[in-house]
Amino acid sequence: MLQAAPARELLRQMLRIRRFEEACAQLYGAGRIRGFLHLCIGQEAVAAGAVPALRDDDSVLATYREHGHALARGVPMGAVMAEMFGQREGCSRGRGGSMHLFDAGRRFYGGNAIVAGALPVAAGFALAERLRGSDRIAACLFGEGAMAEGEFHEAANLAVLWRLPLLLLCENNLYAMGTALERSQSQTDLAAKARAYRMSALSVDGMNVCAVREAVQRAAAQVRGGEGPAFVELRTYRFRAHSMFDPELYRTKAEVEQWKQRCPIAAFERHVAALGLAVDAAAVEAEVAAEVEAAIAFAEAGTPEPVADLLRDVTAEDAA
Amino acid sequence: MRTTYRDALRQGLRAALRADERVFLMGEDVGRYGGTYAVSQGLLEEFGEARVRDTPLSESGFVGAGIGAAINGMRPIVEVMTVNFSLLALDQIVNNAATLRHMSGGQVGVPVVIRMGTGAGRQLAAQHSHSLEVWYAHVPGLRVLAPATLEDARGMLLAALRCADPVILFEHALLLNAEGELEGEPAPVDIDHAAVRRAGRDVSLVTYGGSLPRCLAAADALAAEGIDAEVLDLRTLRPLDREAVAASVRRTRRVVVVDEGWKTCGLAAEIMASVVELAFFELDAPPARVCSAEVPVPYARHLEEAALPSVARIVRAVREGVGR
Repeated sequence: MLQAAPARELLRQMLRIRRFEEACAQLYGAGRIRGFLHLCIGQEAVAAGAVPALRDDDSVLATYREHGHALARGVPMGAVMAEMFGQREGCSRGRGGSMHLFDAGRRFYGGNAIVAGALPVAAGFALAERLRGSDRIAACLFGEGAMAEGEFHEAANLAVLWRLPLLLLCENNLYAMGTALERSQSQTDLAAKARAYRMSALSVDGMNVCAVREAVQRAAAQVRGGEGPAFVELRTYRFRAHSMFDPELYRTKAEVEQWKQRCPIAAFERHVAALGLAVDAAAVEAEVAAEVEAAIAFAEAGTPEPVADLLRDVTAEDAA
Repeated sequence: MRTTYRDALRQGLRAALRADERVFLMGEDVGRYGGTYAVSQGLLEEFGEARVRDTPLSESGFVGAGIGAAINGMRPIVEVMTVNFSLLALDQIVNNAATLRHMSGGQVGVPVVIRMGTGAGRQLAAQHSHSLEVWYAHVPGLRVLAPATLEDARGMLLAALRCADPVILFEHALLLNAEGELEGEPAPVDIDHAAVRRAGRDVSLVTYGGSLPRCLAAADALAAEGIDAEVLDLRTLRPLDREAVAASVRRTRRVVVVDEGWKTCGLAAEIMASVVELAFFELDAPPARVCSAEVPVPYARHLEEAALPSVARIVRAVREGVGR
């Protein structure tokens, strides 16, 4: 049964992601953020439910739509915003931008902009844990589009064959950029695809933060127990365009509106109210607004990396 | 001790596996089969299945896994059977191994060693005969090594494992049976500098990997004609030891670059450009190159031979450059 304190935390994490990204969209319009910016608005329940269900010493690898994952992992919002601004104070020293957020101290390993590219790497993280005999796991978040790529299949095969402690978290938002799932994959039952590799797989409502958290907690425990990899499909929806350059010709406004009725934050607030939990949503909003404001101020006050340091961190010898 | 290049590679692998618990070897048929070129024969028996891992046929998958394991504290040696198959792992090598340190602002290092066979000369046709070292040498963030001697075959792997960055090792298939004397215990060798394999005064033959024996044979043939050729083995293809190339050219005032890769946009072109940039006014003749013909390497023996840099072609190129 959900208690008030964890409920407040789930709400706070989802709101942090939503408000942070709304600010990013505005700052993009103002020209403060450039490059690609992929917002996960609508998908907050995935990051807020799944990422905190992992242990601090587990490893997390994510896609290029990873602001939410990074924030939920505890990467400071100011460092994420400073990265968007391309500042030295950014979590990747301005070398990565929106798509490549890193925080090795929190075992958050990006931020990978090649669809499915992080999956074999995550299998390698898990392999290292298996070779050391630790009980740490590696979790990889990826979109359903990745399941059309060979790298998903290669990583899944390896992980089962070698019983790797790998948690595969598929964020199914129904569109690979603009291509609908049924137009790009012959088997649209994603869990069935994973099961074909003989790993345990389930699908959950990715708009329901409690369902996400519970499923990921269970799957993580199972993986940690040495059973090999597990797969969780999180069914969700992206409310905003794919990136800032997307006229959204591939889906109807009615479809988007229908999904917005299932907004994970509003749904959770209703749930909390129905349970009669003492969660002061307004206070959480105010707290989050202050955090976003401080993050922007931190990024604004940041310093650009000197051009003299352009070549640093290409190899270990180049580290300043 | 009388040793082959293949045995020298194995000695390096065995020493690496013995020296560091974090080191493991994985790749297609490295275990029970003993390695497609018999390089890893006996290692499975000595080190067990956890550390000598047969992988499925999924180059992208297991190269990526090597990258992840390296970031996460291990020291994997990934064997991709040949450079031809490494193209299936190009995404992992170029988009992940080479970029992660920089994209993470220096937080993530990828100390993975990726070994692969390379080169033509065994009538295996186009898909098993590529020399694509330059593709990898093009990419910042990678270190690219080409052992051409027994000592380098044994010691470059050990040096590569000390490197905090991804290292690609090219082992030319025609060198595997090369024999010679190899003394001492396996130890890391220098991987920052080119090496003069034969000193000479009249012309510099700049080469690497499988073309080194050809250049040495050509130098012998040229000596009989009174042309004293210096042979410079690049050894490391990235970062290039440009200064060693320039220094050799300053001594000999003539240069012929020998590279089994194709001529267009190849390593030879890069070496020649370096010569022009660093030693243009020291040259007595235009730089020349001997590369593979611009054709997918053909199967038939006479055609394959015609396509590759041969001792005769190297000798001819030197004669023309020297004006004899």
